[in-house]
Amino acid sequence: MSVTLSAAKQARLVPAVQAKGGRIIAGGTLIVADLNYGADSVALITLDRLGFDKIAVKGGKVTLGAMVTMAAVARDRRLKFLHPVANSIGGPAVRAMATIGGNLFAPAPYGDMTAALLTLDAEITLHDGKATRKLPIETFLAQRRKLQKHCVVSISFAAPSAGTFHYVKVVRRKPVSASVVTIAAVIPQKAGKIKDARIALGAMAANAIRARKAEAALEGRKLGNDIIATAAKLIAAEASPADDAYATAWYRREIAPVHFVRLLAA
Amino acid sequence: MTKVPVEFTLNTREQNEFVETGSTLLSALRDRLGLYGTKAGCHQGTCGACTVIIDGEPHLSCLTLAERCQGKDVTTLEGLAPAGALHPLQQAFMDGFAAQCGFCTPGMILAAKCLLDRNPDPTRDEVVDAISGNICRCTGYEPIIAAILTAAQGMRKPARKRA
Repeated sequence: MSVTLSAAKQARLVPAVQAKGGRIIAGGTLIVADLNYGADSVALITLDRLGFDKIAVKGGKVTLGAMVTMAAVARDRRLKFLHPVANSIGGPAVRAMATIGGNLFAPAPYGDMTAALLTLDAEITLHDGKATRKLPIETFLAQRRKLQKHCVVSISFAAPSAGTFHYVKVVRRKPVSASVVTIAAVIPQKAGKIKDARIALGAMAANAIRARKAEAALEGRKLGNDIIATAAKLIAAEASPADDAYATAWYRREIAPVHFVRLLAA
Repeated sequence: MTKVPVEFTLNTREQNEFVETGSTLLSALRDRLGLYGTKAGCHQGTCGACTVIIDGEPHLSCLTLAERCQGKDVTTLEGLAPAGALHPLQQAFMDGFAAQCGFCTPGMILAAKCLLDRNPDPTRDEVVDAISGNICRCTGYEPIIAAILTAAQGMRKPARKRA
């Protein structure tokens, strides 16, 4: 095994290294674990010198640099709604290392922050070597494998109105383990009726997905136990969970509705 | 294997090392520097036995490439107290029988130190969270949690006297 490490001087130079088989190393919690298992030779490139570790909150818009860590999110008082998400990922040492940008590429059952960002309708800014472009997170996730050849710069989203963001990560071992199912939801209401509900699931497919049928069931209705129960029946309709060491696909499908009801009825 | 120079602070001393590219901080500490307090456990970031403190935050040395420690401040268990002395956390672990096999103990103590440096008066839940990335297969955690709370209490007392 031969590993080389270099620090990118500009984001636009990163995709050229990736085109030759190089990989970005962000926090290292996934890549170095692979290396320890004897992964092949690889040219690693860090984004440490690009200033991608900044958090900006302006006029209700939040921008997280790709290298912002979970610990930095959990410390930032402006991002209180995201604290339960950041704190549900690993122990303190993992949180001090794992980054927002890296989480976008984490395979199931990891990637809890990505489920939260999906429900926040985040926009991903990336550099393809020629220009910077922006992609809705859902499009980004659909093309995730291909976009590994690009350099994620930052993630932006509108901070949700108070009380509209909900999150639960179901685990076998508290307080820390990989997800059995992760549910993130933004349920805004206008004149007493749900408007533009967004629900995302983690560990229920190869990457985080929207639960659009459940969202549609909530739309325009008054939030109450009956409508939550109706949406719960549809929560896993678009899911394709896997069997793994943490749970079977069957179990994930069985408990997703239960935790969805508990989350919204709470 | 190519080697690269790395300059960092290790237990308050300047350290200049040539490390193999792609090697981990864990490997540098144990295999090059003979600092065996940092334990090699799962190599996957799951067990916490290799926890060290980098720039005041707990890090997993098995997942940290040694080259990325350039300019960083690294503390291992060996740097916690002067030779022959014990840090209050070490003393509390010993007094409270908070170790059986002892393999998780360095990681537990360093994770706890990060907590107490930031929060000298933690609740039990905060202690549990601080060591949530560190696995112990012997003690059932209760003596460890009790030792950290005892150490915290002891470390706060001198500050109160000065006040």
